[in-house]
Amino acid sequence: MNQLLQKYPEEVQQILAKYPPEFKRSAVMPLLYLAQREANYVPRQALQDIAEILEISTTDVASIVGFYTLYYDEPGGRYRIQVCTDLPCALRGADRFLQELCERLGIEEGGTTPDGLFTVEAVKCLAACHRAPVFQVQGDGEIVYHENQSVELAMAWIEEVRARVAAKEDRS
Amino acid sequence: MTTTPHLLLRHREIANLDQLEVYLQHGGFEAFKKVVTQMQPAQVIDEVKASGLRGRGGAGFPTGIKWSFLPNNLWPHYVVCNADESEPGTFKDREILEGNPFQLLEGVMIASYAVQANLAYIYLRGEFWQIAHRLDEKIAELEKAGFLGENLFGTPYSLQLRTHLGAGAYICGEETALLESLEGKLGQPRLRPPFPAVVGLYGKPTVINNVETLTNLPLILEKGAAWYKSMGTERSPGVKIFSLSGCVNRPGNYELPLGTTFRELIYTHGGGVPEGRQVRGIMPAGASSAIISITEDRLLDTPMDYESVAAIGSQLGSASVIVLDDSVDFAWLVSKTVNFFKHESCGKCTPCREGTFWMNRLAQRIINGRATPEDISLLETVANQIAGKCLCALGEFSVMAVTTGIRQFRSDFEHHVNGSGSTATGG
Ligand SMILES: Cc1cc2nc3c(=O)[nH]c(=O)nc-3n(C[C@H](O)[C@H](O)[C@H](O)COP(=O)(O)O)c2cc1C
Ligand code: FES
Repeated sequence: MNQLLQKYPEEVQQILAKYPPEFKRSAVMPLLYLAQREANYVPRQALQDIAEILEISTTDVASIVGFYTLYYDEPGGRYRIQVCTDLPCALRGADRFLQELCERLGIEEGGTTPDGLFTVEAVKCLAACHRAPVFQVQGDGEIVYHENQSVELAMAWIEEVRARVAAKEDRS
Repeated sequence: MTTTPHLLLRHREIANLDQLEVYLQHGGFEAFKKVVTQMQPAQVIDEVKASGLRGRGGAGFPTGIKWSFLPNNLWPHYVVCNADESEPGTFKDREILEGNPFQLLEGVMIASYAVQANLAYIYLRGEFWQIAHRLDEKIAELEKAGFLGENLFGTPYSLQLRTHLGAGAYICGEETALLESLEGKLGQPRLRPPFPAVVGLYGKPTVINNVETLTNLPLILEKGAAWYKSMGTERSPGVKIFSLSGCVNRPGNYELPLGTTFRELIYTHGGGVPEGRQVRGIMPAGASSAIISITEDRLLDTPMDYESVAAIGSQLGSASVIVLDDSVDFAWLVSKTVNFFKHESCGKCTPCREGTFWMNRLAQRIINGRATPEDISLLETVANQIAGKCLCALGEFSVMAVTTGIRQFRSDFEHHVNGSGSTATGG
């Protein structure tokens, strides 16, 4: 049974409709985003599901996950905080920002907070060099930019998310 | 279309220009309608040729000439808009996509008509997730309003637009890697020739243009080539968005005529260098630049056009101007650029894959104060061995800052190996 297709029948069809039917392999990237939406990584089963939909090998799908940096084959934080430390941002204090943010969260770069909510990573240029320090947050199937940041602003947002998640868990 | 002080960043004067009604009120889609209902495709290509518009993605290739390479006996044709924008220091396409998206879409549509493509893709870097979703909504609005779809304006011409999100790979900005990625494969460059104009997307003739290039088209088609040529320089006509970053008081995008000087950009528009420090170097094309060493003040008067920047040993590229003042350690800077290219090498060709790995090791060793003086020469040697041997330009880009950095700022490197080696940074 194809779980991806079963779970998102309409979305899969919408994605496939973007490309000529004889070149449906083009749909592999959007389908991987779909597979990653729920858990913020691509579960093994999804590789097979996508391979089946596109009539390509599971290895081919896995190699795409390995090549592109925005797909993950292992779970990380529910939100991935990705701080740009490339040259223009670094000239405006991005390395120090990243280091201080990690210290405040008590983790190393690349690590995840004990509550499993946040992974903090250094990434390459995000096309926001004039608004450093900047990070993007990957989670909930979205990517959202946070620009002109300070450690205080970032921590305030992190606490907000923590409170939101806690409130949700209380209710359920 | 109303002309404001900005031609591409018109949203800076016109509020809510990203709304279809507002864009229409300001002359939106009149150029597209005129082209489809009154002009032959060849006439459109001739007009763009005559305007002298050159590609804004980096290489500066004349746009109209590129379009004319598509063979008319091989169909279908495709148009692909390159919105991968990943060069460190570049953030101009993003502002167009966010602020003035309809002008870009109209540009894609004009290009599509010119080469008679019925399907065009906009390839966006994965990080532009929000932008892509907004574009999808705008495309749906255009379909509803009758600007996209079948038999446009009662003519036989039909056109559809689609977005496609990448997933974090600088190499996918390279046009053949982009096509591979769009076909659902690893983003690795193809051997050329054949060029995409003949064998492109799905093996068919394809035009690939940068976001900014395409955003010029509605105005060129409305106001004509002569009007466009009246701006900029003889060989680099028109306006350009300069992404200004690094050691400046007011970093940001500045839309100015090609041929504007570095001095005007940095001091008049960018508000000068913090704390009145001196400009020591400039990278005019992002991390891929040959570094310009400002050994003499008059170098700041170099006009920023394709020819003049090349004449002083660098290149304009995508015009991502990173300003470096006298507080910056150029060995640290080189370690940053090399680390970028090591991370982004696609791994397909050996000189780039292995070379960027070794350059990164050596540069890290130098700035960590663990290198010998020979390591500096070794870094230079490795860079020289990469140059000219790679499958695509990424490998060439990776050595630019290394070779020009060591040649012109050697003392910054020596400082680290002579014992005093602190882990200096720029920030
Ligand atoms: C490594 C590499 C990265 C590139 N990245 C981009 C990019 O992000 N955006 C872009 O428009 N062109 C990029 N280019 C240039 C494209 O290959 C291509 O020349 C360009 O999209 C053509 O459009 P234009 O003629 O309108 O400039 C890159 C080239 C190389 C070699
Ligand atoms: S260098 Fe950080 S966003 Fe460009």
